[in-house]
Amino acid sequence: MAERGARLLVVDDNKVNRLLLARTLELQGHGVALAENGRVALEMLRREPFDLLLLDIEMPEVNGLQVLEEMKADRQLRDIPVIVTSVVEGLDSIVRCIELGAEDYLHKPVNPVLLKARINASLEKKRLRDQQKELVRRFATREVAQDLDASGFALGGHRVQATAMFSDIRGFTAMAEQLPPEETIELLNTYYTLMFDAICGQGGVVNQMAGDGLMAIFGAPLPLADPCGCAVKAALDMIEMIELYNREPERAGKPAIAIGIGIASGDLIAGYTGTQQRATYTCVGDAVNVAARLEAQTKVVGHAVLVDGATRSGLAQRCRFEPLGALSLKGKGQAVEVFAVQLGQKVV
Amino acid sequence: MTSSAIDLARYAELQDTAGADFVLELVDTFLQEAPGMLAELRAARAAADADRFRRAAHSLKSNSHTFGALALGALARDLELTGMNADAAQDAARLDVLEAEYARAAAALMALRHG
Repeated sequence: MAERGARLLVVDDNKVNRLLLARTLELQGHGVALAENGRVALEMLRREPFDLLLLDIEMPEVNGLQVLEEMKADRQLRDIPVIVTSVVEGLDSIVRCIELGAEDYLHKPVNPVLLKARINASLEKKRLRDQQKELVRRFATREVAQDLDASGFALGGHRVQATAMFSDIRGFTAMAEQLPPEETIELLNTYYTLMFDAICGQGGVVNQMAGDGLMAIFGAPLPLADPCGCAVKAALDMIEMIELYNREPERAGKPAIAIGIGIASGDLIAGYTGTQQRATYTCVGDAVNVAARLEAQTKVVGHAVLVDGATRSGLAQRCRFEPLGALSLKGKGQAVEVFAVQLGQKVV
Repeated sequence: MTSSAIDLARYAELQDTAGADFVLELVDTFLQEAPGMLAELRAARAAADADRFRRAAHSLKSNSHTFGALALGALARDLELTGMNADAAQDAARLDVLEAEYARAAAALMALRHG
């Protein structure tokens, strides 16, 4: 159980308070360490891991508010839940504590039943947060996880110059109908592993996966010097990897996989959309729509990789394209200049 | 005397939650620490250090509440909230009252300790 055997740090300059709180917590089954002021507490926090902090406000040397401020600024410490225990009069300091990230506030002398409930709630929240972080690590890319960690999960966006890519497997639905379910999942897993390799290898970030389709962004959350070039190079790598995969012995006699890729560049809004509970890192903007339409268009025109004019311009003379002229894409009022990337070339 | 200096219900509650043996130790700790807090109040007043004065009063208030020393807690709370007086003599008088109440509370706690 999460609430058993947690390691807590009690910070209070008053010896009676410190001993009493420690006793109460020990009786509730927790391990307790003691600090007599904020300076000692911060030293201990940086030296050993704690699950929760019980913090007094009024203390000599470094007071509780200063501890909260320092913890908030420290990436290693800011997720440790803090319950403020104080007899400080007035709502102002309580409000200030909550603003500085304190999880909860308990008036002294602390009621043991209330204390137990608050501690268990805080530990449970911490457990969920740790779990969420772990999920972000597993399912988001390293860049998104780092960005999330640094920004502290703020919804809202910023404008970036970036390149969007959509990719999916041609005729996947029909293929899946022919295959046993386990084989379909295995195929998808292999496909995703290869695509992630190619995209991440060029500095891109996969931010959406649905069925056999994926969306990737080049140039956000971290800026890239050459987002257009990276995206096109990733696309060529993806095509090459799929061809290699098709030639693997265990794929003998099985239908070859083909993918289609659409790429477009421009001003995008990147950020977290959703709610505080469930959010996803994404990019929105015209280029995203165009990239999605180009990906759909690959089926029509018989080219595996299509790009828009902005992406082509970004590559200048470094890559060979075949101009397909202005195509009218679904959902676009104006026709869009479309270029097919010649496969099998090396782009520098 | 005992009943007015210490709220017995609060004291019993403390024994219930922390264990009677532990409360004995805690009383000893308080009796060791409290004279220091009272001296700190006098020293802070002499140094005209309002923040120190308030902090010492705050500490004493907090511990008083723990043991059910309600009258002592109320006096300490008053010192914390109103802070240092401009008139040093008036503060000296307030501290006299506080110390007298502490003596009552300490005696009551000693009695409970040996009772």
